[in-house]
Amino acid sequence: MGLRVLLPTALRHLVGNEEEVQLSGGTVAEVMGDLVAKFPELRKHLYNAEGKLRNFVNVYVNDEDVRYLQDEKTPVKENDVVSIVPSIAGGSIAAIEQTFAGVELSNEEVARYSRHLIMPEVGMEGQKKLKAAKVLLIGTGGLGAPLGLYLSAAGIGRIGLVDFDVVDFSNLQRQVIHSTQDVGRPKLLSAKDKILGINPHIQVDTYETMLRSDNAMEIIREYDVVIDGTDNFQTRYLVNDACVLLGKPNVYGSIFRFEGQASVFYAKEGPCYRCLYPEPPPPGLVPSCAEGGVLGILPGTIGLVQATEAVKLILGRGRTLIGRLLLYDALEMKFRELKLRKNSSCPLCGENPSIKALIDYDQFCGITPPAPVAATHKEEAVDMTPEELKARIDGGTAPLIVDVREPHEFDICRIPNSILIPLGQIPARMNELDKNAEIVVHCKMGGRSAKAADLMRKSGFTNVLNLTGGILRWADKVDPRMPKY
Amino acid sequence: MSDSGKGQALAIKLVARHIEEIRRHGEATYPHECCGLLLGRVVSGEKQVSETYAAQNSREEGAQHNRFLIPPEAVREAEQHARLKKIEILGFYHSHPNAPARPSQFDLDHAWPFYSYVIVSVRDRKSEELTCWRMRDDRSCFDSEEMTRTEE
Repeated sequence: MGLRVLLPTALRHLVGNEEEVQLSGGTVAEVMGDLVAKFPELRKHLYNAEGKLRNFVNVYVNDEDVRYLQDEKTPVKENDVVSIVPSIAGGSIAAIEQTFAGVELSNEEVARYSRHLIMPEVGMEGQKKLKAAKVLLIGTGGLGAPLGLYLSAAGIGRIGLVDFDVVDFSNLQRQVIHSTQDVGRPKLLSAKDKILGINPHIQVDTYETMLRSDNAMEIIREYDVVIDGTDNFQTRYLVNDACVLLGKPNVYGSIFRFEGQASVFYAKEGPCYRCLYPEPPPPGLVPSCAEGGVLGILPGTIGLVQATEAVKLILGRGRTLIGRLLLYDALEMKFRELKLRKNSSCPLCGENPSIKALIDYDQFCGITPPAPVAATHKEEAVDMTPEELKARIDGGTAPLIVDVREPHEFDICRIPNSILIPLGQIPARMNELDKNAEIVVHCKMGGRSAKAADLMRKSGFTNVLNLTGGILRWADKVDPRMPKY
Repeated sequence: MSDSGKGQALAIKLVARHIEEIRRHGEATYPHECCGLLLGRVVSGEKQVSETYAAQNSREEGAQHNRFLIPPEAVREAEQHARLKKIEILGFYHSHPNAPARPSQFDLDHAWPFYSYVIVSVRDRKSEELTCWRMRDDRSCFDSEEMTRTEE
């Protein structure tokens, strides 16, 4: 049986420039199925990736919208007229809405920002927007350092800093907001001093805390743009979720060795981090910079991409990285980009979200809090402290010491008489060792050696101990002359 | 001229008066988004707009600063109006208050092929850049659409 399907002008060129086509079927679903079977080019315009009619595609049977009948199950009969009717939706690019009414620039500020003021894309209006803007930097490390320096110089009126760490010598290779004389100082104080040294006209708020589920909403709520400069998955998901729940743009960056990534996650306009990575990787699979290293300059490059995106969001100018993931390879000196799509079934920003409040991110990322681990493993005596190891060496009853770090780390420092078997070679080489010998394994901080100990015990080793805190703790507690990295 | 990835290469012709109407509409609804339809005929590969048709922004008040919606009933009403005059829907226009006249990802996610999407940027109640776009048939992106203006 045949009935007429009327098509909007938008689709006619895909059906041979006809205004209507003759199709058959007993229900709307069958007629629509027949339509896309005959004209496959129509499918992507009418149906989304999940095979559902797109929400801007409306079907009428005669003069009735099928949403008010039985939707796609609505029966149709011969001589009915089925019409596809567009609804039209759209909207503007993310511009941070803010009032800058009443914001003025002093003569000193006009002089300071003159190179901005003479650009038509910034001008007085843009500079006032920057002055009215509130930007939160999560972390004042590798990414946070260039972000803090350049955003303060650019005239962002209020900068929030979240960190709880102190400056260490190993930070200075890349965290250019901290100086040698700051080693041992809280990073917040050191960063705040540098920022106000560059630009005394701005306000710096410091939050000396780890960002957690119970404080993130309160801290982030105050700001217009959030920039994630952290290096762990728990915080990345936490920042993403809080930003989606609060409707804030999240400027994302990540770095590893010679490679970096950046994007802008803004659920109002495009995908969020969970659309890209619904699940975190298993713990330990993706090494952090502390484990794998990072070219000192790399966070400068990526941090400044993030700073640029933040300024564009505030100015409402240009095309931001919303919906795009920028990939940077410093060894090849190449930038590439991937298109990111919003996932309509995203549990956070999709059509039927299941996450409506912050969750436990340690648990979500498979990180067991340290305290319970120590408690459950206490009786098995699986750990040895550096002090205990030193006492055993001095007493002439040294166990076999196996260093599971990489050869280039072994070159920097090592515990005397230790042997090197990098973690990746443990499965193949553990048979070189006596299964019943007392063995102490260690790495830089204790993470990799815990995995090695676990592998060895599962293979029948009876007496494997993990050196707590790794060689860094050894250097702190036993051998202060040892270089730390 | 034809490029299969981009679909039919059409240009759009707008009369200066229509451009003025779109600008005035965007300024009048500022800081909310305005929206409307472009009606006319396709004549030898060119979309010739013969009238603009203002629509109500049906989004909720709180979203109108950066979202617009023309529901299907309104599109049908405009279609009927067009049919009587023997013209058809060639595209749509909307404003971007305090934002550039460039299509957003949200625009792309909701776009139809063939139609022209005219966008006017409005800042401080003054219309600025006015651009015209058309989505590729593979939905991958918008291309800038050639726009000619005539006096009448």
